[in-house]
Amino acid sequence: MSKAELVILDYWVSPFCLRVKIALNEKGLQYEARPEDLFGGKSELLLKSNPIYQKVPVFLHDGKPLCESTIIVSYIDETWSSPPLLPSCPYGRAQARFWADYIDKKVFDASGNIWRSKGEVPVEAKKEFIKILKQLEEALGDKDYFNGATFGFVDIIAIPLTCWFLAVEKIGGFTVAEECPKISSWTKRCLQRESVAKVVPDPEKVYEFVLMFRKMQGID
Amino acid sequence: MEGAVVLLDFWPSMFGMRTRIALAEKEIKYEYSEQDLWNKGELLLQMNPVHKKIPVLIHNGKPVCESLNQVQYIDEVWNDRAPLLPANTYKRANARFWADFVDKKLYDLGSKIWKTKGEEQEAAKKEFIDCLKLLEGELGDSLYFGGKDFGYVDVALVPFYCWFYAYEQCGNFSIEAECPKLIAWVKRCMQKESVAKSLVDREKVYEFVLQLKKLYGIE
Repeated sequence: MSKAELVILDYWVSPFCLRVKIALNEKGLQYEARPEDLFGGKSELLLKSNPIYQKVPVFLHDGKPLCESTIIVSYIDETWSSPPLLPSCPYGRAQARFWADYIDKKVFDASGNIWRSKGEVPVEAKKEFIKILKQLEEALGDKDYFNGATFGFVDIIAIPLTCWFLAVEKIGGFTVAEECPKISSWTKRCLQRESVAKVVPDPEKVYEFVLMFRKMQGID
Repeated sequence: MEGAVVLLDFWPSMFGMRTRIALAEKEIKYEYSEQDLWNKGELLLQMNPVHKKIPVLIHNGKPVCESLNQVQYIDEVWNDRAPLLPANTYKRANARFWADFVDKKLYDLGSKIWKTKGEEQEAAKKEFIDCLKLLEGELGDSLYFGGKDFGYVDVALVPFYCWFYAYEQCGNFSIEAECPKLIAWVKRCMQKESVAKSLVDREKVYEFVLQLKKLYGIE
């Protein structure tokens, strides 16, 4: 098989782009991450490849575009089968998709309700965020990873969101380690993997980005 | 593969209808259990503790939640007949993209159409039609979103047709006038037994919406 051309239209701090990069790393694939200037002006290629949402990530496999990070990760898993990211049995896969969907629907928005808030962070926003993480702790249970004994699909969907937690903690005035220790230790475990560590940005840099964004939006 | 299949559902739910269609496509026998959403039963709360919503598919006592998840599960378990997702991985990703688009947009916009009035309603109507036109574009000249064969995106979208009449009445507009290709596609789908027996009467949905409006004090 000739070497495929794999490109990701990227933004360094986007947890959605990070999911795709981690999945590609897990599969041992070489790819080009092309940074987009989301504030200055999106590239023609991005607008053409993702006309519906005009968002990153876009994954281009030999020029064919794929959009929406969870769908891209599924595609990567199905196209390059080793190592498998999803469980082999249909019920296990249904469970994994359920939790990926839960994380997609809940975590980023809930963290946004904290780091985007003007003035005093609403108590409800903090409670909701912690409730969501506690729900995920329950799903994790005593397992090393959401997938079970091995790192997999749900871990890939979730781990990039954790680099935004420092910003949420500093602005919200609480720590994830105290409220949800299991999530904290799962985060550390995932960050030990090279596929994750080599792409996930330093949470301090994410915090700086959030502060800059807040200033830009007139929140601070 | 074999084993008891139960569907916890609510008759007008477009999400429940997706699962009904998938089960019918695969000719799977199942027990349909109508749920009272204003007085949720123990089984529903136990089987979907996270969202407490229908539909819930229970296979051999184990729950699968979220309608698109259920359709994929049904397709994977009963993989010897009536395939719903394409075999080609790129086409499969494209099918998931459009089913996800339907999920992200249509329910919320549709709800705004029957719940609101004035500018908010007009904006919702416009965006709703824009979304349907994008879907028409994706359909193109094919018989179904799945191409020659009825498939995943068809299953994801066609149940919303039951609610179009209610949206039209509440919003005072015609979806068929704006999106004739889509309505032609609906009629093709309705010729399939799995769809015809899973969808509900649109007049009954409109009556239900009027009851909801009364319940929520919406004019």
